[in-house]
Amino acid sequence: MNYWNKEIECAPRSEIEALQSYRLSRTIRRVYENVAPYRQKMDEAGVSPDDIKSIADLSKLPFTTKQDLRNNYPYGMFAVPSSEVVRIHASSGTTGKQTVVGYTANDIDIWAECAARALVNIGGTKNDYVQVCYGYGLFTGGLGMHYGAEKLGATTIPASAGNSLRQLEMFRDFGTSIICMTPSYAISLIELMHEKGFKKEDFNLKAGLFGAEPWTEEMRKQIEEGLGIKAYDIYGLSEIMGPSVSTECEYQCGMHICEDHFIAEIIDPDTLEVLPAGQQGELVFTCITKEALPLIRYRTRDIATLVYDKCECGRTHVRMLKPQGRTDDMLIIRGVNVFPSQIESALLSVDEKATNYLLVVDRVNNLDTLEIQLETRPDMFGDGVKTLEAYTKKVKTVIDSAIGVGINVKLLEPKTLARSMGKAVRVQDNREIKNKFEKK
Amino acid sequence: MYIDQISVFVENKTGRLAGIMEVLNKAGIDIRAMTIADTADFGILRMIVDNTDKALEALKADGCTAAVTKVIAFTIPDVSGALYSVMGKINDCGINVEYMYSVMGKVSGRADIVIRVEDAEKAVKVLTENGVTLICKSDLCK
Repeated sequence: MNYWNKEIECAPRSEIEALQSYRLSRTIRRVYENVAPYRQKMDEAGVSPDDIKSIADLSKLPFTTKQDLRNNYPYGMFAVPSSEVVRIHASSGTTGKQTVVGYTANDIDIWAECAARALVNIGGTKNDYVQVCYGYGLFTGGLGMHYGAEKLGATTIPASAGNSLRQLEMFRDFGTSIICMTPSYAISLIELMHEKGFKKEDFNLKAGLFGAEPWTEEMRKQIEEGLGIKAYDIYGLSEIMGPSVSTECEYQCGMHICEDHFIAEIIDPDTLEVLPAGQQGELVFTCITKEALPLIRYRTRDIATLVYDKCECGRTHVRMLKPQGRTDDMLIIRGVNVFPSQIESALLSVDEKATNYLLVVDRVNNLDTLEIQLETRPDMFGDGVKTLEAYTKKVKTVIDSAIGVGINVKLLEPKTLARSMGKAVRVQDNREIKNKFEKK
Repeated sequence: MYIDQISVFVENKTGRLAGIMEVLNKAGIDIRAMTIADTADFGILRMIVDNTDKALEALKADGCTAAVTKVIAFTIPDVSGALYSVMGKINDCGINVEYMYSVMGKVSGRADIVIRVEDAEKAVKVLTENGVTLICKSDLCK
């Protein structure tokens, strides 16, 4: 069994907790002194840095949400001066404003450490060729795994996403042995393989890290068989770090969280009470080594379960089971985070009368599809096809650019969409993995 | 001089056309001319009926999206080359025809044509100057 950092990854629980307590109290002091919104929140809650001595005190601290990041857009939550920040990433937000995150040189190094652990978790070594097929750019996927692969000493192939035929040619010609991408992209590459006459025997692939969107065990089987590899789950979010906050090991029984850098809690999304180990609820993270943006008790909105049982692999860090949904209305479409409110404001910017619509999400051949259904009105209609086609094209263009993922626009006859007496139902998600958290 | 044409949005699903015909039948409407334009996703039913207001009212009551457009109708002899001759005149004046269809129910020896053009005034002028008989609203509608 290989580890990237055995001393930390296999440390006794008592040592991990002692380390977390020490780092937590230092982090809280630092954010209280340097981040005005946190000072204000803590003052309002009547908590001082002196009250936070160990992880047992964590529940005294107020939560952080995406709204806090939005309210302090873009840099208001940063804990270091801009001279210390070496990188920015950003993800889509609900109202057009992006969620902006920053990293110091040390943060980038710790991120690379976590990503290197992720690669070693799945059997990676410096002899591997790691092809990173996540998008490079403001999205954390590409650069996050890139730095991890380089830290490991593997040969890194920064392929980015897209240009699918060339991806396959690189698998074949460059001796790629590990791949990192969204699971739906893997499925589409497998389809292209069949179309273009590639066989899995043409490749030297052995394993892959797949994340940034929900996926099923059935997809795992399909990817493993289609590419002749072992497919592993990886989790992350830009607010906390990016990919590799947690990753599966070869036993594929939950993702080990890098607990020396992030403290995980599970809360009841309604009462906000911390739930006992093993119970399902909303996942909350506290960063205890981040310098630029150390978020405290950040509510991920992901519904998950933490498992503290000993893992066969020998790692002692807690495992999180694959997220089972979300507590907000965020949709993940082909790896892209989409809020229905973004679509609505884009739609209304084109047509302010288009207040009755339905978003239909589905998964066809393992690829997410997004459709907006609109009712026709005499005033948008003229006498014909040209007017309506121009209308649908304009709606599509504006929404596509607002959310960064393609949408299909479908026109319906009036009064086709169900009228709701209360809050209108705007999203119909037909996928097997639902986004919504349904309480038992 | 112009004729009222009703356009109805038709979703691309089985039974929709029959549904619209049922609505018109119940209202006692007689369809004098019709055509359907279809795209991959939806269709537009265009028609000229004997009572536009009544048809529109019935369609809207049924929840259809319908709108009225002015079109031109004219009559030509039912001989080969007659339509070509008229279209040639329209083309010579640079008038763009958006669509065209024919009226149902034949009167021996003549053919009735409906056109929609970009510049209706100019088209009417060209047609009358060339001796083409325009069909009035009263010829087709009650």
